[in-house]
Amino acid sequence: MDFLISDEQKQLQDLIHQFIQKDYPFDVREKLVKSEDGFSKDFWKTFSQFGLLAMPFSEEDGGYNGGPVDVMIILEAFGTGLIVEPYIPNIVLSGNLVSKLGTKEQKDSILPNLLDGDMQLAFAFSEPQSRFDLNDVTTSAEEDGDGFKLNGFKSVVMNGPAADKLIISARTSGSQLDKNGISLFIVDRDTKGVSLRDYSNIDGSKASELTLENVVLTKEALLGDLGKAFSTIEEVVNLATLAISAEAIGIMQKMNELTLEYTKTREQFGQALSQFQALQHRMVDTFMVHEQTKSLLLMAAAKMNDKSDDAVKSISALKYQVGNAAKLIGEEAIQLHGGMGVTEEMSIGHYFKRLTTIRTIFGNADYHLKKYSSL
Amino acid sequence: MNLSFSEEDLKFQSEVRSFIKENYPSEIKEKMDNGTPVSKEDIVTWQKILSKKGWFAINWPEEHGGSGWSVTQKFIFQNELAEANTPNIVPFGVSMCAPVIYTFGTEEQKERFLPDIRDNNVWWCQGYSEPGSGSDLASLKTKAEKKGDKYIVNGTKTWTTMAQHADWIFCLVRTDSSGIKQQGISFLLIDMKTPGVEVKPIITIDGSHEVNMVYLDNVEVPAENLIGEEGAGWSIAKFLLAHERTGIGGIPHLKREIRRLRQISEELPLNEGFLKDDQLFMDKLNKVEIDLLSAEFTELRTLASISAGGHPGPESSILKIGGTDLQQSLSDLYVEALGYYAHPFMSEEDLKSNEKRIGPDFAANVMPHYLNYRKVSIYGGSNEVQRNVIAKAVLGL
Repeated sequence: MDFLISDEQKQLQDLIHQFIQKDYPFDVREKLVKSEDGFSKDFWKTFSQFGLLAMPFSEEDGGYNGGPVDVMIILEAFGTGLIVEPYIPNIVLSGNLVSKLGTKEQKDSILPNLLDGDMQLAFAFSEPQSRFDLNDVTTSAEEDGDGFKLNGFKSVVMNGPAADKLIISARTSGSQLDKNGISLFIVDRDTKGVSLRDYSNIDGSKASELTLENVVLTKEALLGDLGKAFSTIEEVVNLATLAISAEAIGIMQKMNELTLEYTKTREQFGQALSQFQALQHRMVDTFMVHEQTKSLLLMAAAKMNDKSDDAVKSISALKYQVGNAAKLIGEEAIQLHGGMGVTEEMSIGHYFKRLTTIRTIFGNADYHLKKYSSL
Repeated sequence: MNLSFSEEDLKFQSEVRSFIKENYPSEIKEKMDNGTPVSKEDIVTWQKILSKKGWFAINWPEEHGGSGWSVTQKFIFQNELAEANTPNIVPFGVSMCAPVIYTFGTEEQKERFLPDIRDNNVWWCQGYSEPGSGSDLASLKTKAEKKGDKYIVNGTKTWTTMAQHADWIFCLVRTDSSGIKQQGISFLLIDMKTPGVEVKPIITIDGSHEVNMVYLDNVEVPAENLIGEEGAGWSIAKFLLAHERTGIGGIPHLKREIRRLRQISEELPLNEGFLKDDQLFMDKLNKVEIDLLSAEFTELRTLASISAGGHPGPESSILKIGGTDLQQSLSDLYVEALGYYAHPFMSEEDLKSNEKRIGPDFAANVMPHYLNYRKVSIYGGSNEVQRNVIAKAVLGL
C-alpha cells in the first residue's frame, strides 16, 4: 500500500502551485471573473502548454494517458487557487465523452483543438426536473429523415457561454427515467433552433439555459451508439465527481489555512482569537474533517484507477462526505472571520461561495447517501 | 397555564389582518412577493402607514405612543405582519435608540427625538462596532473630547447597517480612557449631516450593499446630544443589546418561510413527481420546524416574563442563538431545494429590471440570502459572545 504520488505527479502539482503563486493571485482572479469571458483564454492556453488539457486522454487521442489520480492532483491544486477556468466542463466531461464515444472524424475535428486550448465545449445534461438524475431526460431527439430533430430544455449548462460546441443528452426512445434510450449529440452553438441564455453563477463561473427548438441535425451529430449513452455519461460524471471533490478538498485546505492565519492576527479581549480554547477546538474539528475527507478522496481515486467493483460506491461515499465537510468547513471559516468573512473584499468569502456550489454539483450529500445505500 | 388565544385575541387578530389587507400597498407587496429589493421609500411608506394607525412603536410606554398591548397581542401582530410578507421593521430607531431615550434621556431629549422616530420622519442607524472592536465591543476607540458645550468626535464605525439611508446615528464613544475599558464609554447621538461624517459602502458576498463604514473626522456634536451621564454608555449598551437580542431571532418570519418552503416542495418538479417525494429533504424540513417550535415557545416564555414585570436579561441570548441557528438552517434548506438553480446569480439591478428570472420564480434570492445570513450569527453580539454571556450571567461560571 502506497499513498505517495509519483515524482512526475509531484512536479505537476508543484507546477500548478507555482502558477497560482506567481500568476493567479486573488485580485487577478477577481478581474477575470468580472471580465466578459469570465476566465482567461491566455491562461487556458498556458494550461495547454503545461499539458493539463491533454492529461486524461490516451496517447492515440493526443494525450498523456493520465488517470483519475492525475485529474485529482490537478483539481485539488486548482481548488487552492480558486481557478475559475472551466477544466471540468471542457476536459473531464465533454472531452472524455468525445474520447470514449467519438468516431475518428468526430475526434479529429474536436480533440486536437480542445487539447490545444482553441476550442471550448460544454456538456448539457441537467434539466429543471432532473435534479441529479442523469437518466431523467425529457429533451427529445426524433429521427428525422437521415438525421435528427431535437426539442427540449437544458438547465444550468456549465461553460455554456464560452462553448463553441455543446454535447447534449436527449431521449431517442423510452420514457422519462429509462436508462435505455438516451443518446448524445454534438451541436454547434450557432445551429438554427439553439438558443442560449448566458449568465454568471454565484461562484464566478458561467452557465447557460439552453433551449432547443426543432434543431435539425445530420446523423454525424450523434455521439456514440443510438440510445446507449447512459453508461458512458455515468462513467464520465463519476470522474467529474471525483474531480470536483478534489477541487473542494483543495478549497477546504485553503480555507482552513486562511482561518488559522486570521485568528492568529485578529485580537479581541486582549489576545489573538486563536488563543480562545472554544475556537481552537472548532479549528481542530475543521482540520480533522478536511483530513478525513481527503482520505476518502485518495481511496476513491485509487479505486477508480484500479477500476474496482466498488469504485462507483466509493465516489458516492466521497461526495456525501464532501457535501457535509464543505458545509462545516465553509460555514466555520466565515464565522471565525467574523464580519470580514462576509465581505467581497476578502478571498475567504469567494472560496466559500465556490465550496458551497460544489456541495450541489453532480449531486448533494442527500443524493449520494441514497445512491450509496442503493449500491 | 393556557396557551390558546382568547375570543378577544382572535378578534384582535382579524382586526390586524384586515387592516394589513386594506392598507398594505400592492406595489410594495408585489416586490416583496417576487423578491425584488424594496427601496428606502417603500420601507418608510409602509412604516408610516403603521405609525398613522398607532401600530408602529408598539413596545413603547403608552405615554410616548406605545400600544399598551398584551404580550399575546404583540405576538399576534408580529405574526400577521410576517404572514402578509410586509417589509421588516427597521429596528434602529424604534426598537433600539428609542428605548434608550425613553429610559435614560431627559424630558427635553424625549420630546425632541421620540415623536420623529414614532412618526418615521427620521431614519436612524447604529454606530457600535469598529474595525478593531467587534465581539470585544468595549475596546472601542472612537474618541469624543469635550470642548465647551461640544464634543469633538474622531473614529471609525463599521458594519453600520443602512447608514446610507440614515439621518442620525447613535454611537458609543469613548469620553475617558483612564479606567478599565468598560468605563469611559458614552452614548452620543450624531446628526449624519454634520461636517466630518462620511459613509462608505461595504459590499458583502451576496453582492448587496447593506452595511457601511462610517468615518467620523473632527465631528462637532452638541453636548446636549449625550444620553445619560458621561461614562454610562456601557450599561446603556448592555441594556440595548438585550433589547436587540429579543426579536432578533425573527420567529414570525421563519414560520412563514417554513410554510412557503413546504408549499414549494409540493410544486417544484422532481423527476416525475415533486420535491416532496424526497424523504431526506422533507425530514430536514420537519426537523427545522420542530426546532422552530422550541424557539417560538422559548420566546413566548421570555415575553411573558417581561410582561410580568421582568426585563430582558441574559436569557435573550438563548433567543438570539436559537433564532439565528434556525434562520441559517432554513436558508440552507432553500438552497438544497433548488439544486443547480441555486447557482445563477442576478444582481439587485437585474432583479429590479423586468428581466426574466432564471429557474423557478423564487430562486433568485435563495443563494444570496444563504450567504447574507451568515451574518446573523456574527452580528448583534456574535453567537460565541452570547454563549459567554449565558455561561457567565446564567450559569454563573
